[in-house]
Amino acid sequence: MNRAERLRNHLMALPPALYLLLFFAVPSVMMLFASFRYPGEYGGLAPWYYIEDGQLSLDFTLENWLRLFESGIYLGLLFKSLGYALLTTLICTIMAYPLALMIARSQKRFRDLLLLLVILPFWSNFLVRIYAWMIIFSPQGALTIGLNHVTGALGLEPISLMFSSTAVITCLVYVHLPFMILPLYANLEKHDNRLLDAAQDLGANRFQCFWLITWPQSLPGIYAGAILVFIPSLGIFAIPDLLGGTNGIMIGNVIKQQFVESRDWPFGSVLSLVLTGITLLLVLLAAKLGKTGGANSGT
Amino acid sequence: MLEINAVSRSFGDFVALDNVSLHIQAGEFFTLLGPSGCGKTTLLRLIAGFDQADSGQILLDGKSLCALPPELRPVHTVFQSYALFPHMTVAENIAFPLRMAKMSKSEIAHRVAEVLDDVRLPDKANHCPDALSGGQKQRIAIARALVNRPRLLLLDEPLSALDAKLREQMQIELINLQKEVGITFVYVTHDQGEALALSHRIAVMNKGEISQIDEPSVLYSYPDNRFVADFIGQCNILDAKVVSSDAQKVSIAVAGLGELTATANPEITFNSGDSCALTLRPEKIRLAATLEAGSDEVLFSGKVHDMLYLGDVTVYIIELANGVLIEAMLANDAPGRTRLFDTGDAVQIAWRIDAGHLVP
Repeated sequence: MNRAERLRNHLMALPPALYLLLFFAVPSVMMLFASFRYPGEYGGLAPWYYIEDGQLSLDFTLENWLRLFESGIYLGLLFKSLGYALLTTLICTIMAYPLALMIARSQKRFRDLLLLLVILPFWSNFLVRIYAWMIIFSPQGALTIGLNHVTGALGLEPISLMFSSTAVITCLVYVHLPFMILPLYANLEKHDNRLLDAAQDLGANRFQCFWLITWPQSLPGIYAGAILVFIPSLGIFAIPDLLGGTNGIMIGNVIKQQFVESRDWPFGSVLSLVLTGITLLLVLLAAKLGKTGGANSGT
Repeated sequence: MLEINAVSRSFGDFVALDNVSLHIQAGEFFTLLGPSGCGKTTLLRLIAGFDQADSGQILLDGKSLCALPPELRPVHTVFQSYALFPHMTVAENIAFPLRMAKMSKSEIAHRVAEVLDDVRLPDKANHCPDALSGGQKQRIAIARALVNRPRLLLLDEPLSALDAKLREQMQIELINLQKEVGITFVYVTHDQGEALALSHRIAVMNKGEISQIDEPSVLYSYPDNRFVADFIGQCNILDAKVVSSDAQKVSIAVAGLGELTATANPEITFNSGDSCALTLRPEKIRLAATLEAGSDEVLFSGKVHDMLYLGDVTVYIIELANGVLIEAMLANDAPGRTRLFDTGDAVQIAWRIDAGHLVP
């Protein structure tokens, strides 16, 4: 590569780098700065310096970071949210895989229609769709009443679906399922079916064909889908807000609470930064797995 | 060893195989040759088990294969696209059929190393298939199909993706490999040169039927019909009518050339009045400025109508006095820059009466 080519490659990387700097790096640094400051009396942040008797004093504190570890509540909530997001990703994978495989192996003329059906829910508003779930889960809803007929007949306590972790995870899966289906389909659609013929010819049965040929080649698709499902579900607050009640809240709710209701921006920044840090670590891990898994996971 | 009895297969209105029967001997290099759409690949897929025949039977060592799915047949295929698994290394690819056969790890390692030696790529074991050249991929695909020692190896146009030089080299390797392992090869190709070079026997197929099964030299010299004569190599095909025939010679009338004598396959009877065709290979025709015809030769005068200089030989299209075009071939074997005739030169051609072969 000569100098001009190298320069051109660097220039090509400039717009995404600028984007990342402007919308991720700069805000993160601002948050980091805020996390060491005191909250303002009416929300916002207190000044980070003051001048007394002509003497400049800085006003920073570690209090916000210590508060994270003082009470187990926040870390517990963080782990619980990680658990919810992982469970959501897992359920989405299990539900999306057969569907993506079916679409990828259906006749070409049906594929576009089937994909359209997958993204059809996006045509209505996100909040509207969550309100729809509130109606489905409501105590007067047919689902709850029906289920309680069954529990009643079995002599069990009546159950309530609304305001539970079940409701939150169901809705998380519902909202994020297309984000797993689409990358998985994009991956599966590119598979060479002649490889399955070859595997069968060499003695593999149907299950072995899937497990040794299709599955390892689809891992990059699963990693891509997992990232797209896991990250938004980890930070989401609208769904637990509306469907979770007190039991179903997630870390996103607390962060929103700090900024909006408690007006404690510094502590909100601390929680945000921890969440971003964990997400980054997991994405790096997934990217690494995706790289090695794509080429060599057949062994 | 492999018996195909009266097998037919249709796809809708299209008859891919029409009542095909053939027997393949153990240890044979057998080729199915024909133009695209002649049913050769369909037959291969039936033997491999990817498709089911509408009627007829396929027997391997006397046992019917029809009820067995592909994975249970002792038959492996080398695919045209190689179909190497991209997510596995070369060694893992080759180990695949052995793993499926539940062989022990040490036995697998031993066999993989052995077959990699056979195809002369021992140092590529840990490479990814994508890092190999076309010829190397081809060898690995063959190694993978051979490693489990199938009763039968099916090869579906395996050399068609390679360039001409490499193809010739791979042909020699294939012949030697088949000799070495002693496994029966069934080879599918549309390339008649490749079929002649590789095979012990060739089945020429056309429109779902078998036109002729014979050894390459028999097929080339004594075609049973016009299709085989035309499909294999270059051939002058002269339409004619039988005038009279006895055991050895048939007298025929060729349009524009008058009455000629020719030899025919003794198994085919020609009755006077039958229409037939005289097939005449270009290299069997003598060509010179002036010729003296021998007692068993026929001689014609004409002029060079067109010529194709091919380096080792030149192909001349000779226009005879009455407008008939005959293709003849001369080796450029004289020393120096050989250029014997030019377009328009007056020449004479002659051929022995047993040089041509009569087909119905």
